[in-house]
Amino acid sequence: MAQPRKPSSTSWWNNAQYRALFFQVLLVLGVGLFFLFIVKNTLHNLEQRGIATGFDFLGQRAGFGINQHLVPYSEDSTYGRTFIVGLLNTMLVSGLGIIFATMLGVVAGVARLSSNWIVRKIATVYVEIFRNIPLLIQIFFWYFSVLRTLPSPKQSLHLGQSFFLNIRGVYLPQPIYESGFGWVVLALLAGIVFVIMLKIWAKRRQDQTGEQFPVLLVSLVVLFGLPGLVYFAMGAPLSWELPELKGFNYVGGMVVVPELAALLLALTIYTGTFIAEIVRSGILAVSHGQTEAASALGLRPGKVLQLVIFPQAMRVIIPQMTSQYLNLTKNSSLATAIGYPDLVAVFAGTTLNQSGQAIEIIAMTMAVYLTLSLVISMFMNWYNQRTLLRER
Amino acid sequence: MKKMSFIMVAVFLMISVSLAVAGTLDEVKKRGELNCGVSTGLPGFSNPDEKGTWTGLDVDGCRAVAAAALGDATKVKYVPLNAKERFTALASGEIDVLVRGTTWTMHRDTSLGLNFAGVNYYDGQGFMVTKKLGVKSAKELDGAAVCIQGGTTTELNLADYFKEQGMKYEPVVFDNHDSTIKGFEAGRCDVLTSDQSQLYGLRTHLPKPEEAVLLPEIISKEPLGPVVRQGDDAWFNVVRWTFFAMLNAEEMGVTSQNVDEMKKSKNPGVLRLLGLEGDKGKTLGLADDWSYQIIKQVGNYSESFERNVGQGSPLKIARGLNALWKDGGIQYAPPIR
Repeated sequence: MAQPRKPSSTSWWNNAQYRALFFQVLLVLGVGLFFLFIVKNTLHNLEQRGIATGFDFLGQRAGFGINQHLVPYSEDSTYGRTFIVGLLNTMLVSGLGIIFATMLGVVAGVARLSSNWIVRKIATVYVEIFRNIPLLIQIFFWYFSVLRTLPSPKQSLHLGQSFFLNIRGVYLPQPIYESGFGWVVLALLAGIVFVIMLKIWAKRRQDQTGEQFPVLLVSLVVLFGLPGLVYFAMGAPLSWELPELKGFNYVGGMVVVPELAALLLALTIYTGTFIAEIVRSGILAVSHGQTEAASALGLRPGKVLQLVIFPQAMRVIIPQMTSQYLNLTKNSSLATAIGYPDLVAVFAGTTLNQSGQAIEIIAMTMAVYLTLSLVISMFMNWYNQRTLLRER
Repeated sequence: MKKMSFIMVAVFLMISVSLAVAGTLDEVKKRGELNCGVSTGLPGFSNPDEKGTWTGLDVDGCRAVAAAALGDATKVKYVPLNAKERFTALASGEIDVLVRGTTWTMHRDTSLGLNFAGVNYYDGQGFMVTKKLGVKSAKELDGAAVCIQGGTTTELNLADYFKEQGMKYEPVVFDNHDSTIKGFEAGRCDVLTSDQSQLYGLRTHLPKPEEAVLLPEIISKEPLGPVVRQGDDAWFNVVRWTFFAMLNAEEMGVTSQNVDEMKKSKNPGVLRLLGLEGDKGKTLGLADDWSYQIIKQVGNYSESFERNVGQGSPLKIARGLNALWKDGGIQYAPPIR
């Protein structure tokens, strides 16, 4: 028998749109339930086994010492404080590592393409050696091998009576700021603002008239001269605390512990090799015709690199650089092997073990690395947007 | 529909997995092997030799438990752990028992979901310095750099001691024994601090052990013992009574050499110890000859002590606190009856 067909031939559950929506909702619900299940299950198991949970421990007294802290810390501080100390130490070594690795990498990358045979070969040897040795071994090498060659505190190498180098680290004079030093800082800030405005003005002038202005020279004079004048006008409001040998070790002054030096050295040298290769690839990606054209216009080799090659190479370099920066930040967690008190060593190590709250602490540590990585990514993406070729 | 049923099956699978938490003893028996957490290498306590065979006082603890539960002291899989990993490894079930010089403290006992099954070594924290430093007492250590293993009670005792004495120190924290002793050897720090027994062991790692001396001060109580997960009383009993059997054997003069003759002993206490009379192994869920196997294959506490850390070893540690109560120490086991 024949049934009359309705105008809308498909029922709603056969409608592609509804169906897609239905499965998406189902998926989200499923994923949500899955995580809810995991969390509930974990909490239940922890409770059953008598393991403490929650974040109350962050307010408890830590009771252990940390040898490098950028914020005030003592044994009486809380576990929460150890988190901050570890976080800052991680950020310090990552931040410095990123700066130094970039400098080293760019120099080595350009050197690999140098027309000078020796420079080219040195850069190649550097890249090929340090790129191919595991980072952890390099850290051990810098720490244990180099450390062993340094003298004991009593036989320190020294530069006058203010700089000392021994197995316990590098000791530097510590600046003591007296009242009135704030004006010097203010003068420096004013100088920086002036230089930025000068640069904008000079560029505009060059665009309009073609005349150049000695920006660098004037900038240097202003940057150093202005704070210097204020410094002496205020009656030199700065003194230095010198390190002094007392008992076993030097007391006073600033100290760079060998753990930081070794870790920084290893991270810089290791990541520098990758950055060198990225820079090389970026430069090679710019067609050789560009170099020839720039030279034909009469630009010197330095200017060719600065004005023609690098701006175009940046498009290739930046995205890859981002992942190297992320790697460096995450690799800094190897610090725990040589006793540098970074987040993993202090917080996910000692604090975890003393308080026993593994899940909370690991979650916080992961969140920190995730956040750091996302911030670096966001910054680099923003920078990437700026350097992209504007197609007109 | 297919998708739905797949999700349902997955959820059911997960629930059933989470419910199936059997007793550790049954699990060990089924597996036929004991997973035992030990240190990453500490002479006298748990250290692999050049052939990869583990020896030491703590290792004997593992072997004794395997002998009791499985009847074979060799059926142990050693899991080397550093101080930071040890509790997580135990809580997650990666190991069945942790015998790794772990200090019994209230916090660990009550908030980590663990139980301490006894004290196989009474220890205390000490200091080691190089002879060249010319220090005779820990009270002279103001301003010293101190090498230390992270995540230990040692780290806390050190902070307490220096605070109490009104002295300053620079902690240099490593994550395993090896790096700690290397840091001390390289001169990164003036002092190495740890449980005194560990200092004796670590000293043998130095290229010139005779150049390091231990200071007389003992700044803490460190009762070290085997640890199990909380909430598994049957397994807890097995581990606890394995150790007590070794102590009781020493007390009654039963050794690995004479254990077979002792089976003919007229002393009812010895017969109960060897599982020939009384409760035997049933109440522990073990074979009747569980304690015989421990003594035969591992030996009594004295044998294990002297062989690993005492006069029969390079460490030459005196029994001291670890002698039986009747010999002036504090090792004391409840009777087996």
